Amino acid sequence: MQTWKRTLIGLVAGLAAAASTLPASAQQAGTQFIGITGYRVGPYGANGAAFFGGFTDYLAMINERDGGVNGVKLSWEECETEYNNAKGVECYERLKTKSATGPTAIHPMSTGITYAILDKAVTDKIPLITLGYGRTDATDGRVFPWVFPILSNYWDAATGIVKFIGEKEGGAANLKGKKIVLLYHDSAYGKEPHPVLEAEAKKLGFELKMIPVPHPGNEQQSQWLQIRQYQPNWVILWGWGVMSATALQTAQKVGFPREKMVGNWWAGSEIDTVAAGPAATGYYAASLNLAGKGFPVVKDIEDKVYAKGKGGDAKLVGTVLWNRGMAAAMITVEAVRKAQEKYGKKPVSGEQVRWGIENLKLDAGRMKALGFNTMLPPLEVSCQDHGGSGQVRFQQWTGTEWKSASDWMRGDSVLVRKMIEESAAKYAAEKGIKPGCAS
Amino acid sequence: MNFFFEVLIGGLLAGVMYSLVALGFVLIYKASGVFNFAQGAMVFLAALTFVGLQEKFGLPLWGAFPLTLGVMVLLGIGIERVVLRPLVNQPQITLFMATIGLAFFLEGIAQIVWGTDVRRLDLGLQDEPIESIMTNFNLLVSKFDLAAAFVAGVLVAVLAVFFNKTRIGRALRAVADDHQAALAVGIPLKQIWAIVWSVAGFVALVAGLLWGARNGVQFALTFVALKALPVLILGGFESVLGAIVGGLIVGASEKLAEVYLPALMSEFLLKHYDISINLAGIEGWFAYMLALVFLLVRPEGLFGERHIDRV
Repeated sequence: MQTWKRTLIGLVAGLAAAASTLPASAQQAGTQFIGITGYRVGPYGANGAAFFGGFTDYLAMINERDGGVNGVKLSWEECETEYNNAKGVECYERLKTKSATGPTAIHPMSTGITYAILDKAVTDKIPLITLGYGRTDATDGRVFPWVFPILSNYWDAATGIVKFIGEKEGGAANLKGKKIVLLYHDSAYGKEPHPVLEAEAKKLGFELKMIPVPHPGNEQQSQWLQIRQYQPNWVILWGWGVMSATALQTAQKVGFPREKMVGNWWAGSEIDTVAAGPAATGYYAASLNLAGKGFPVVKDIEDKVYAKGKGGDAKLVGTVLWNRGMAAAMITVEAVRKAQEKYGKKPVSGEQVRWGIENLKLDAGRMKALGFNTMLPPLEVSCQDHGGSGQVRFQQWTGTEWKSASDWMRGDSVLVRKMIEESAAKYAAEKGIKPGCAS
Repeated sequence: MNFFFEVLIGGLLAGVMYSLVALGFVLIYKASGVFNFAQGAMVFLAALTFVGLQEKFGLPLWGAFPLTLGVMVLLGIGIERVVLRPLVNQPQITLFMATIGLAFFLEGIAQIVWGTDVRRLDLGLQDEPIESIMTNFNLLVSKFDLAAAFVAGVLVAVLAVFFNKTRIGRALRAVADDHQAALAVGIPLKQIWAIVWSVAGFVALVAGLLWGARNGVQFALTFVALKALPVLILGGFESVLGAIVGGLIVGASEKLAEVYLPALMSEFLLKHYDISINLAGIEGWFAYMLALVFLLVRPEGLFGERHIDRV
């Protein structure tokens, strides 16, 4: 017993001594510090590893190729959230004090964590970039000045999917009388598209049946037997993690054609389709970005980062989520660059970065100059529109890779905007927020 | 009526998949009287090691299986040496807490060694309907599910023989009842535990392969343990047969409940109270509610042993 005690005390003392010699954080003086609330282990570790791999690889490339942003080097620290709300808040609190200028902007990569830190971010003046997730009504920057659902939100996705299905049916008018099932993750994330799909069903005359899948979604026999009995024309898959692969496998089991299934962008990565194997062939999914390595920016990362042995997992390069993580990093970097135009070429604060994001304009020419070409749609953020694009593109799994199945397109942007403003106004009334734009 | 039978058969076959995981729990419980919180992590570790070995060394199924089994046996021996041996004759809650720690350790070590990538596991059996049944009876029965049911049947038969007809099996029950008394009559407790944990590792490997082939080998495999809990409560923690019967009851009842109950309840609420509510998605908790009811009526489960303590 005494030996155990001595060993334990020795171990604790050793760890304390080692900790005291470590730097307080990864940031270095004079750098633009970026705090990352990431996840690379746990139930969604595979998704996080791809996204945050792309994110940090891009930051490394900016330092290696350009020497930082206008001479200001980037530094970053990643805190593991395991996609857990409580740990997400803990990481946020830890990262926000790591640098005099704060963590630049936080990408929670989780709708749950976004909701958990939303009020804190307002108080702390830290922008949240929620690329394709989080609160949809936060697109109205007059009510949510610190939240940026950049590119597109869930309602853009839902209406985009309906439009895509309409095109496959030979026009939106042909949707009348058709049956569409929404198979969704039974969580806040899965319920996000409900109001807009109900509105679309009413407007276009299709029959909508919404079937929940309890977390984690690794058994879907009863849901798919209901689908088999209902005989829908299309199934919209609003899945995440193991739920998406299981849905594809079970669709095969009940004989539902995968060519009549359309996923949202969190159910449309290689992680979902590889796990499902041949059952995924023919499946469509919406996307915020194109997959593949055929973009100059990817080559730059391979040449400047991977060739020097400084990259992450090479086999993730060019996958859907790795490219998305890279795009998220690029938006952060460009927001810093924009903020520097106004506030000077030095590390900028969260408040200054917020201005940078809100005034970000990345047209097709700028996307090309950045090496992204058509991987992303043009982006123009404003106070009224914190999304900046609202466009979505569709891809189809061939059995080995995702192939583009449409051009960039918008769903029912008029309906989406109307619903966003109504929802945001309701939130503003509840919270006593006076909507408006900062100068 | 066809649809009802389809749901029922599908539920029964899904229940067999839950039973496969539950069997691992039963083994450990029979040997130590402890609920092994780490069983889900063992399923994950076994499946991940299997595909990891295949990927790294290009091994075929028959090559990766014995190697993974070897890893699981070594793990079982290691757990006995490092975790269980120092805890002999400690309260059961201490052993239970040790398995919680073990679960997190195994999850972590599996991801450190093999990474967090989601991997495809191909056992050469597609999860597709059997054409002849579909054509003749318009009933959906999956080839994969039937194969899983066959595997579960074989496992139960082997384990039943192991527990009832072998000396080790009989010794197990004595060990579970009282560690000290078992040692006093000459039962080699350490070897018994090492053997049982190794057999539980084998069961975890079989369950991991079948669940992994269906959903991909990924962290979510650890969650299959959650499906086994109500199965154990229903069937009894100490009964191999109970794990199978419990699985069938849980599988069939949760599927039937999910398909029929929400619509009936919604209709009732709308008709009598003018309340419009979507009650779908009860599958996640229905099995637990059923288990709770069973606990109230028959705490030891359908096939569990009734313990009478003298006071």
